[in-house]
Amino acid sequence: METLSLQGSPKTPTVEMNAESGVIEIKGRSIPENSIDFYRPVVDWLDKYSENPANETVVNIQLEYFNTSSSKCILDVFKKLETVYKKNGEKGVVINWYYEEDDEDMLEAGEDYQSILKIPFKMIELEE
Amino acid sequence: MAFDIEEWYNEVNNGDVVLSHYGAITANAITLMLDDIEQGLYDRNEKSKLRKKVYNVMVEALQNLFHHADLPPQNVIDKFGEKFATFVLKKEGENNYSFISGNFIRKDRVKFIKDRIDQINHLSPEELKILYKLILNNNEFSDKGGGGLGLVDIAKRTGHEYHYMFHNYTDEFYFFCLKITIST
Repeated sequence: METLSLQGSPKTPTVEMNAESGVIEIKGRSIPENSIDFYRPVVDWLDKYSENPANETVVNIQLEYFNTSSSKCILDVFKKLETVYKKNGEKGVVINWYYEEDDEDMLEAGEDYQSILKIPFKMIELEE
Repeated sequence: MAFDIEEWYNEVNNGDVVLSHYGAITANAITLMLDDIEQGLYDRNEKSKLRKKVYNVMVEALQNLFHHADLPPQNVIDKFGEKFATFVLKKEGENNYSFISGNFIRKDRVKFIKDRIDQINHLSPEELKILYKLILNNNEFSDKGGGGLGLVDIAKRTGHEYHYMFHNYTDEFYFFCLKITIST
């Protein structure tokens, strides 16, 4: 399966998804007016990936900002990963949610996702 | 007499203004406005916590204006096009900013918006969090692409009530003024 690489822009994050290594990264800003279009290839890729995932999937989410339109799409991304989690069991998916030390809103956003989903999150504080 | 938008705008557009706008609003213009706002916050040496909060609220508030302002009356379309909005972002004091916006709303939508804001204003922080998660997880997008989450998200982040007024403009239109307070 091909790696999905999307270059970041002032309104969209950098995305790197590698099926072989099982490493999935979303970093930067996610504030597009129409986030459905942006996240469609990401969700489609995960759809395929979940059919035959790596033994361990490591997901690194390091967002500086995201708008509410993206927040729904990010939940869709996590829901696809939930499928992988159900398939591979507890050690199969690790979600690392990064936030800057004074960014309580970003920590809370991660906690909100965690409470909706059935995958454990690792909250990782970044020093400025 | 119709509400005097220019007079209102001139009244609110004073003090330590980070950015103000009166006229057409486009997706590209919003991108540039957000850059200006971010720079304005850096110039005022705001701490990163406040800077991020203000920026995040501005993303939602400006995209809300772009997506949810109604088509204005014909005389305004003739002058500014189909997307018209006004706003002022200003620093009110130490760790305290306000964002005041104005846009047209059709008469038949006034009650819906008023009820929505009143409902949000009455919720406790815990209730807002529950509502936010409920809307986030309901698998629906509105016809304008947003998730109906914007106002809830802003209230949740700021912890302040919305202040608003609907001013009669014509038989069909009201001018909707909204004030958002952002502080840490």
